[in-house]
Amino acid sequence: MSVATEAQYHVLAVDDSLIDRKLIERLLKTSSYQVTTVESGNKALEFLGLHDEQRESPSVSPNNEIEVNLIITDYCMPGMTGYDLLKKVKESSSLKDIPVVIMSSENVPSRINRCLEEGAEEFFLKPVQLSDMKRLRPHILKGKMKEPQQQQQQQNNKNKNLNNNSNNNNSKNNNIKLQAATKEKPLMKGYLKKEQGLDSLMAIV
Amino acid sequence: MERSSLQNQAAAMKKSFFDQGYLDEQFYQLEELQDDASPNFVEEVVALFLRDSSRLIGIIEQAMDKHPQDYRKLETYMHQLKGSSSSIGALKVKNECTHFRECCAEDNLEGCLRSFQKLKREHAILKQKLEAYFQLLKQMGSAGKATKSGK
Repeated sequence: MSVATEAQYHVLAVDDSLIDRKLIERLLKTSSYQVTTVESGNKALEFLGLHDEQRESPSVSPNNEIEVNLIITDYCMPGMTGYDLLKKVKESSSLKDIPVVIMSSENVPSRINRCLEEGAEEFFLKPVQLSDMKRLRPHILKGKMKEPQQQQQQQNNKNKNLNNNSNNNNSKNNNIKLQAATKEKPLMKGYLKKEQGLDSLMAIV
Repeated sequence: MERSSLQNQAAAMKKSFFDQGYLDEQFYQLEELQDDASPNFVEEVVALFLRDSSRLIGIIEQAMDKHPQDYRKLETYMHQLKGSSSSIGALKVKNECTHFRECCAEDNLEGCLRSFQKLKREHAILKQKLEAYFQLLKQMGSAGKATKSGK
């Protein structure tokens, strides 16, 4: 327990599709993450300890036992969308430092930008692939860096983090722009598959 | 001996799925995720898909019978079906979902009806092919030590 390894990182995956939950669970487990899957934004918030906003008290960590290092969520879900969930996480003082990644089957630039602006780290085009899993670790590590001590020390650090975040925001925006640029490739791949059909398969494979 | 001929059969079957456009490269992704920890992953996901998609098609069939059509609802169901077909690499089914949604967007009832018939056909064919494929893999498994299907 002295060295933080990938096996200890815990990802919460949110998707209303049973098949996609099974897929993302396997993708994450293959990449050595601990995984919890839930079927809705509400269930996700429940898991994170945010059933009732009014009950959330800054002096008490909602879920002392369970630490979530990253949330990966589908965008299109009935009821609470991935975007709504993202907003709620970022508005919560106890959860806002958890990196959030959005997944969507649709490549809609305005949607992507809206999510990035709201604080999402990245946007994955579905179907999510093994190669996408590598992109998670930097975000988790960045989140970890905001908590140099263990969970128990979380409260002490919260005040420090509030100050650091305002400084980090500038570099974060630069990172987001960079990521948005590199994202073009995976997004293009999605287009190629859709538009050109089988012929492109030979080239990709 | 018998196992290698089964292996060849399975490989040829799989190749035909790709050549004829029933599956796309996402299916390879599923195979990549299968290992000792999850030795039946592909079959499990495919079984899930076939069950789930059959259910959805049933729901859509009922919805299609209602008049006037609730195109927004149909679009939602198709979005779900498209998503899960995309996740397992069911290319023809996925493409037909796209076409159906286009007809919905135009409130084109006839187009929707035709597209849906085609979708049901494609789905039935895919189901048949995939079931035959996994049946063959099972035979291979009992003919010798089970290994991950090669590309």
